[in-house]
Amino acid sequence: MNPYLPHTPEDIASMLGRCGAASLDELFSDVPAQLRLGKGGYALGAPMAEAEVNRYFRSLGKKNLETACFAGAGFYSHYCPAAVEAITSRSEFYTAYTPYQPEISQGTLQYIFEYQSMIASLTGMDVANASMYDGATATAEAMMMAVAASKKRRRVLVSATLLPAVSQVLATYAEGQDIILETVSDHNGATDRKALSEQLGAGDVAAVIVATPNRFGILEDFEGLAEEVHAAKALLIINTHASTLGVLRSQGEWGADIACGEAQSLGIPLNYGGPGLGYLACRQSLMRKMPGRIVGATTDDDGQRVFVLTLQAREQHIRRHKATSNICSNQGLMTLHAAVYLSLLGPEGLREVNETSASIAHDLVARLTAGGKLREKFAGREWLNECVLEIVDEGLTPRRILDACLERGILAGKIIGEKEIMVCATETCTPEDVKQYVEAVEAL
Amino acid sequence: MNQKLYSKLIFELSRPGRRGHTLPQYKAETTSPFVLPAKYARSSRPALPEVDEPSVVRHYTNSSTNNFGVDTGFYPLGSCTMKYNPKINEAAVALSGIGSLHPAAPASTVQGALEIYSRLQSLLSEIGGMAEFSLNPFAGAHGELTGLMVVRTYHASRGEGEIRRKVLVPDSAHGTNPASAAIAGYNVVECRSLPDGTVNVDDLRSKLGPDVAAVMMTNPNTVGMFEKNIPEIAEAVHACGALMYYDGANLNALLGVARPGDMGFDVMHINLHKTFSTPHGGGGPGAGPVGVRAGLEKFLPMPRVVRDSDGSLRVLDDDTMSPAERTELDPLGRVSAWLGNYAVFVKALAYILTMGKDIEQVGPLACLNANYVLHSLSDLYELPIPGPCKHEMVFDGLRDKSTECTTMNVAKRLLDMGFHAPTIYFPLLFHESLMIEPTETESIETLDAFIKAMRDIAREAAEEPDLLKTAPLATPVRHPDENEAALHPKVTYQSL
Amino acid sequence: MIKYLPTHEYIRIEGNEGYIGITAYAAKELGVVTYVDMPEEGDELTAGEEFGAIESRKAASDLFSPVSGEVLAVNEALEEDPTLINADPMTNWIVKVSIADHSELDALMDEAAYEASIK
Repeated sequence: MNPYLPHTPEDIASMLGRCGAASLDELFSDVPAQLRLGKGGYALGAPMAEAEVNRYFRSLGKKNLETACFAGAGFYSHYCPAAVEAITSRSEFYTAYTPYQPEISQGTLQYIFEYQSMIASLTGMDVANASMYDGATATAEAMMMAVAASKKRRRVLVSATLLPAVSQVLATYAEGQDIILETVSDHNGATDRKALSEQLGAGDVAAVIVATPNRFGILEDFEGLAEEVHAAKALLIINTHASTLGVLRSQGEWGADIACGEAQSLGIPLNYGGPGLGYLACRQSLMRKMPGRIVGATTDDDGQRVFVLTLQAREQHIRRHKATSNICSNQGLMTLHAAVYLSLLGPEGLREVNETSASIAHDLVARLTAGGKLREKFAGREWLNECVLEIVDEGLTPRRILDACLERGILAGKIIGEKEIMVCATETCTPEDVKQYVEAVEAL
Repeated sequence: MNQKLYSKLIFELSRPGRRGHTLPQYKAETTSPFVLPAKYARSSRPALPEVDEPSVVRHYTNSSTNNFGVDTGFYPLGSCTMKYNPKINEAAVALSGIGSLHPAAPASTVQGALEIYSRLQSLLSEIGGMAEFSLNPFAGAHGELTGLMVVRTYHASRGEGEIRRKVLVPDSAHGTNPASAAIAGYNVVECRSLPDGTVNVDDLRSKLGPDVAAVMMTNPNTVGMFEKNIPEIAEAVHACGALMYYDGANLNALLGVARPGDMGFDVMHINLHKTFSTPHGGGGPGAGPVGVRAGLEKFLPMPRVVRDSDGSLRVLDDDTMSPAERTELDPLGRVSAWLGNYAVFVKALAYILTMGKDIEQVGPLACLNANYVLHSLSDLYELPIPGPCKHEMVFDGLRDKSTECTTMNVAKRLLDMGFHAPTIYFPLLFHESLMIEPTETESIETLDAFIKAMRDIAREAAEEPDLLKTAPLATPVRHPDENEAALHPKVTYQSL
Repeated sequence: MIKYLPTHEYIRIEGNEGYIGITAYAAKELGVVTYVDMPEEGDELTAGEEFGAIESRKAASDLFSPVSGEVLAVNEALEEDPTLINADPMTNWIVKVSIADHSELDALMDEAAYEASIK
């Protein structure tokens, strides 16, 4: 017997009896014969026992190399506390679906409400939704939301300093929406504000999208940007990866209208890039343009405070082709990761995560550049825990650095050019890892 | 499930100075601790709770007892395929070397992860009857959107991108179909259904033309009926140069029965969180892989996993494409930062390997369970479309309308009796839709208990309609005031 | 004089100005109105095109303009309490517009025709 199929032959016989069918096949009498799966069925193997499945995945695990991680580029190797896993693996949470029945879904509704509150506070925005797929699609939704809010404007200015993957997703989504995306060039690794002003001056701009820390890890200075964007009647969207909001000036403090980005850094394992967690938050005035689920507080018949899915009229199951977005499922369980993580760390813990990560990263970069083989590519720019290094040494390549470090169990970073490697540190990188990294490079 | 509401918010447990987690103190060992320039620093601390670890754990554990999942009880939510989520799937992700990989790691260090992607895509191709899948889309709706972008790129490659502006969608379709088509830039044209819930072929034919890009269909459709005219529809659609899109929401019914590729579909998506047993996670993460028939592979999104001649796997991305690959491929673009919800792939692969050939029993047993429920309730509940159904059925409320008890009342009373409610008020074809999908992982005992509950409710509707209208009575919370929630939205703790 | 669109908007005409709202029938069908998305004063409306939306918990409908003209005022009371529409949809108009072209009114339904259309 298959462990997931409880039907005994007797069960099947008695159930068929009630259905008035002689065989299971008869239930498919409406499927034209030429469409039926051939007699041989699928080219699949015999069922595997659980122990065999376990062994198979362990063998695959051995084909992967677990390393100390100095790579970032949108996904960060922060430590995930054991309590996060303990809570998120409760099957009352993970085997539920979208909380359509609030009377038996307060667990899900409550943690989403808590998550929304935490994201609103981190970003300095009024409201946040119950999550998007990832940071890139969250940014695309922010773009579509801004264009919808502007009614007739079609141009969207996107800084060249967004992560390339995010820009590419924006381009893919923009195509269907007749949105005219224009890249704002960068100057020494940060958005060229002069170019931006000129492009904004040409009019018809619905939104400006910028990022900090940006694709090079650089902290951008958005002083006066919101005023300029708003004067042109456009909306300002700032993409920031969530963990850094523990210390960085928030999107709200910069005057942005929409905040978005990747929140994998809040207690979600790397999992080779997914699932992550896209967050989206905005000012009150834009709330009804925001896509996706939103949880709100109300009271029940007994006067208790309870939570429900609200503002659903905006959504695809009611609006169909006029919906602000097609999103249905989101990353619900990942918001639980973030909520538990942020509850455990609190404001001080999150500040420490950032300070420790930044200190290790700056220490590493100081040591690596001291050797003379590498230098900071964007000298004079401020950064937090991620930085682009340029190879000065003629014979040296990023690939050789990567390989030498891998031999010591270290992922050195992400290669982003023929002579460029982007390095990043988190609190999971130890002083010993830094020492090994530096030694490996010195030995080249 | 608990019957008493655990109602505190984590913010209400906060006391200044408490902490639930400590960090290594490496800062002291670094040469000079980093200080953030004031210009970039936030001016106020974020309003996050300050709570000790035991209180955090107890808070969320209590909160979980207010929740109902598949592990709690029967969850016949139509169109969502709430089948059992096997525990080995979860355990596989937690195994050493599986989950802790950075997506930017060089291919040589993640061969196991790429093998998972590659093997799952080829198994899905076999089951879907397609040539190749991209696993990148994050959810069903995201798969639809990606699939329609395949369609868009295909037509553009033939110089017909500007002409083919319409996508036909049956009026019984999930709301995501028209929404996805609109986001992909298409004008949505609805096709009418026949009284039996299947697509009206004449109406569909009349709407076909050189301006149609694709027809989206769900099969079995959202009323649980097999679209038996599909060969004729596919032929007409292909004759006008459009593509057939298969919404895999109901693929569970066809496991072991038929393959979308053999029905003439060109592009499809699969919901791994429905058909392939990965958990729904309170709303996600799911995964919505997109498959295409031979000839359309080159339009699939970036990045991709490819196998080199030496057997090793590699990630193909914009910055790593060879000139030859650049000429050969015509990707629709990019829909995800990395390669999709990898942890979900691990679970789906674990499921397919555990099932092996047994997966061919899934469709038949899912349909058996549905028909068993149908035949056990159709004397008391209005069945607008006679069976046999496939994996789910739609009732149009109670047969006896004189009691004025609604589908909402029935759904809420089921909660009192320890069951999740079916999908209600969808599809839109009927006023009192009550859509039940039992799935194959439920035993006859569970179904009998559910049938008894439904029959008891029908009796209550006749004998005590006023009681029924006040349901639920035994859940942790009573009927919430949803008008108030929408009129005066309070969506953060700060706004309470 | 009051005229109607088949999409259940009315326009109450007073000289060169009109008050646009939704009919009692539409308000009943929608249920409790939870939000009205209104244009801004000074916006130009075009006959037959959408100018806003109205939401209840179970539906969201676009609002179409019966005439072309400029928005002279929006009913700000609806921002505070959109359920006023349920209480009295005729008194609680949504926007006040200037009527640029009276001939557009000829294409609209009169009360008898509208009443017949919802029977």
